[in-house]
Amino acid sequence: MTAPRTLLDKLWSGHEILLREDGTSLLWVDRHLVHEGSHHAFAKLSARNAKVAEPDLTFGVVDHYAPTRNRDKGMAPDIARMIQTLTRNAETHGIRLFDLKHPGQGIVHVIGPEQGLTLPGLLINCGDSHTSTHGAFGALAFGIGATEVAHVLSTQTIWQKKPDAMRITVNGDLGPGVSAKDIALNWIARLGTGGAQGHAVEYTGSTIRNLSMEGRMTLCNLSIEGGARFGMIAPDDTTFAYLKGRPFAPKGADWDAAIEAWKELKSDADAVFHRDVSIDAAEISPTVTWGTSPEQAVPVDATIPDPASLSNGKSAAAEAALDYMGLTSGKPIAGTPVDQVFIGSCTNGRIEDLRAASAVLKGRKAKVPGIVSPGSALVKAQAEQEGLDRIFIDAGLEWVASGCSMCVGMNGDLVESGKRCASSTNRNFRGRQGRGARTHLMSPAMVAAAAVQGEITDVRPLLIDRAA
Amino acid sequence: MAGWRTHTGTALLLPLDNVDTDQLIPARFMSTPRSEGYGKYLLHDLRHDEEGVQNPDFPLNTCPDASILVAGRNFGSGSSREAAVYALVDAGIRAVIAPSFGDIFASNAVNNGLLPARVDEDATSTLHAALANNPSEVTIDLDTGTVTLGQHTLAFALQNNWRTKLINGWDDIDLTLQHADAIRSFRDSRHSTDGWAWPATPN
Repeated sequence: MTAPRTLLDKLWSGHEILLREDGTSLLWVDRHLVHEGSHHAFAKLSARNAKVAEPDLTFGVVDHYAPTRNRDKGMAPDIARMIQTLTRNAETHGIRLFDLKHPGQGIVHVIGPEQGLTLPGLLINCGDSHTSTHGAFGALAFGIGATEVAHVLSTQTIWQKKPDAMRITVNGDLGPGVSAKDIALNWIARLGTGGAQGHAVEYTGSTIRNLSMEGRMTLCNLSIEGGARFGMIAPDDTTFAYLKGRPFAPKGADWDAAIEAWKELKSDADAVFHRDVSIDAAEISPTVTWGTSPEQAVPVDATIPDPASLSNGKSAAAEAALDYMGLTSGKPIAGTPVDQVFIGSCTNGRIEDLRAASAVLKGRKAKVPGIVSPGSALVKAQAEQEGLDRIFIDAGLEWVASGCSMCVGMNGDLVESGKRCASSTNRNFRGRQGRGARTHLMSPAMVAAAAVQGEITDVRPLLIDRAA
Repeated sequence: MAGWRTHTGTALLLPLDNVDTDQLIPARFMSTPRSEGYGKYLLHDLRHDEEGVQNPDFPLNTCPDASILVAGRNFGSGSSREAAVYALVDAGIRAVIAPSFGDIFASNAVNNGLLPARVDEDATSTLHAALANNPSEVTIDLDTGTVTLGQHTLAFALQNNWRTKLINGWDDIDLTLQHADAIRSFRDSRHSTDGWAWPATPN
């Protein structure tokens, strides 16, 4: 009898070409996604005069530098150059490119699944740390650096030491106004941003099973903010229903064979995890960050912590964070005025996120300006079909095109120094959204609530008598 | 990339936790070709005020010759941008010593000959105390996995494969191409048993 295996074990052995004596595996890569930021890797390839090994398994996406406004009116020269470089590299190497004119354009971690490029049982790499998103489908998906991108381009393989398996089990029903974003911020606040370093996290439990694919993607996306390069969820009927009929998903007999294979992709009942964490869904509140690290988060009805009360040598960092954020310990986090809001990103730019935000904003006005950037052109079209764009526009927010936008501050969408932004993104790092920008991470519904009140506020009272 | 076994240089204390990759190099500098050098962007917004004037008190500005950084926990957390490593390497940094590192940062570091040396709490306290007032000469030995500062010799942790790679200065692509037959046969076997794993042709 073979020993019980984790989902990680199964995915790993399914891709292992060889295991070196030093414990490093050479793994086969099924999908490689590249973006404008991959220019360093293509430069390494040209320096070697090398070709892309498997252009059919490589896909290019314009997202990191994609302008979200006035695309036809000319763009800043450095942005145009980044996009042209990717276009040229894609042409040279015969790589299919989702460029700004493509009807499926969008953020790489939104369109991979949307196009059916992301499937259970695949190994997926991208030069972006939020590649863990694709693990929501039961894929082995992880972010890599430029040297590794060049390696995957050249060989369609990657050297990687197998991480330890960690399981986060969430059971029970989430309360109204509580979403996958809050689950993620909750566990990262508990375990710290280094809490899952060296681990691949598998999420399981009834709460996870009841999440939509959008919610599962949000959760896996944020794994890296807790230190885990990999997040994953065993595929089930929700996964299969999402994928069926997607453009690049298997069809006909291939689909049937795929389903048979995918049903095996789950941890065996007695599989042993290196680390096990359990969370009761009922204990999770709408959560918001107060500092400059995703672990610096509290329930929206809590007070900003006193740095002196923090353990594990976290006091100094907390004090510096409060200083940067312009906040005072001991005061409630709710009621903190915001200057602007942002809804979008690979974390929370999907249709369900826009529905959740619009449910709060419907018939209400935003007291502060803000941007809504759908995760892809298809999400945008779907939202417009549902009339969600009108709700955002009528509330006074700007409805723009898709891209990484204000999450990463590369395309010109920035938060000014000293300004405070309620944001549905993934990193509240110092300077992430612009030099001196003060970012508060929260769910799209919470961002919408902050827009309505002009301050950080509990979304729950705003949801009474409306469908969330 | 040249390999190395030992390095002796000036170690500088950067007593900060969570020095993430957005701080190591703000995104706005990342469209620059590497050939222009990334050293000037290292920790740019911490080292300079909003007018671009150097903050004279910031550690790296007081000791531009440092080749070893001693930092707090979770160094290099955040994005996969290898530019964070380029900024360190181009500024002359050969090793970062910290209690923990972002996983992707650490592997990017090794791919560029930069040592991410992980030390325990005791060693961290010893190093932070010794460097609190002044930078000091430190010797790093990859074979023994030790950092020596004055009379202190402290152990650091490093994955074995990373140690080998740093010492040999290996280029992974060349190594991998030696396994071309194994890769081809894996590919062919996956293609015949798991044909669904290849992208379908969109309608």
